[in-house]
Amino acid sequence: MARFKQKGKKKVTAINTASLPDIVFMLLFFFMTTTVMREVDLLIQVKVPEATQAKKLEKKSLVSFIYVGKPLPAHQLLFGTEPRIQLNDQFKEVPDIQDFIAQERDAMDENDRNKMMVSMKVDESTKMGVIVDTKLALRRAQAYKISYSSLKVEKLR
Amino acid sequence: MSRRELTPINAGSMADIAFLLLIFFLVTTTMDVDTGLMRQLPQIQDEEEPDKDEKIKERNVFVVLVNQYDDLLVEGKPMNIHDIREAAKEFIANPNNEPDLPVKVEKELPYFGKVFITKGPVISLQNDRGTTYGMYIRVQNELMAAKDELRNELSTQYFGMKYNDLDETRQDAVKKYYSSALSEAEPKAIGGK
Repeated sequence: MARFKQKGKKKVTAINTASLPDIVFMLLFFFMTTTVMREVDLLIQVKVPEATQAKKLEKKSLVSFIYVGKPLPAHQLLFGTEPRIQLNDQFKEVPDIQDFIAQERDAMDENDRNKMMVSMKVDESTKMGVIVDTKLALRRAQAYKISYSSLKVEKLR
Repeated sequence: MSRRELTPINAGSMADIAFLLLIFFLVTTTMDVDTGLMRQLPQIQDEEEPDKDEKIKERNVFVVLVNQYDDLLVEGKPMNIHDIREAAKEFIANPNNEPDLPVKVEKELPYFGKVFITKGPVISLQNDRGTTYGMYIRVQNELMAAKDELRNELSTQYFGMKYNDLDETRQDAVKKYYSSALSEAEPKAIGGK
């Protein structure tokens, strides 16, 4: 028969948790540093349209962005209220797109160049005229893969 | 003055504080997922090839026009945005073999065997320069949804799975069953300036 014997009061040795904060802080710093807010400073107002068939862009490093929309109030004095194109951090014109694409392509790894994708972040109230010109410029620059940036929703209003 | 014994500060709660911060950062840093409608732009042709477009018979083309007031004209008739998905689905599948919808041909497909499918239906989307981008995306979305829905219906019927969950060879077969091209012509001034 098993006998339960109260063993002499053995002291449970407490684990030293003094280094726990260090570990957690390390994690904390890791997360703080890795979550880069690599957002261009938007100079325009963009409210992308909604779509049910929107798909996730897989590799962020292969994607270049073109923004189109009305300049923000702070820039309206200089650039007016007509929709403008923004590449990187500057207002640009349609003819500049070809150079921009070439630049982006050069910055890419050679093997990835044909997988390059252009994401168009366009305000939903923009007229198609400027988009059509942009698309033509993209075709000239041989950037055929594009994505119309849109918010994924289950059901449209 | 007597030297007081230095009482060690209890650092046990330090971990809790750090954890709290950690969780805060984990929750607040949204990874800003970018979603969008994927499209492939056509290559630029050096010379216009008018005969290529004319070769596609009229019954095989589903013409969608969007004018500068965001009105839709589908196959010559005004249409509401909510009806275009069903119309496009009927066009791509042509279930009742209507004479004014795409031609159906017999084809041998893996997994499906001999099937009657529409032969190369083309959806032509034309917009005005004054069309708003929001409307353009809605129409694109509906047209893409029509094709996706048809493929999903077929794959659930045959394989009991959604199209996206199928393996590549099956996806290919489904893709061949319902294939339609979306052509975007250069914009014209629809309905005057």
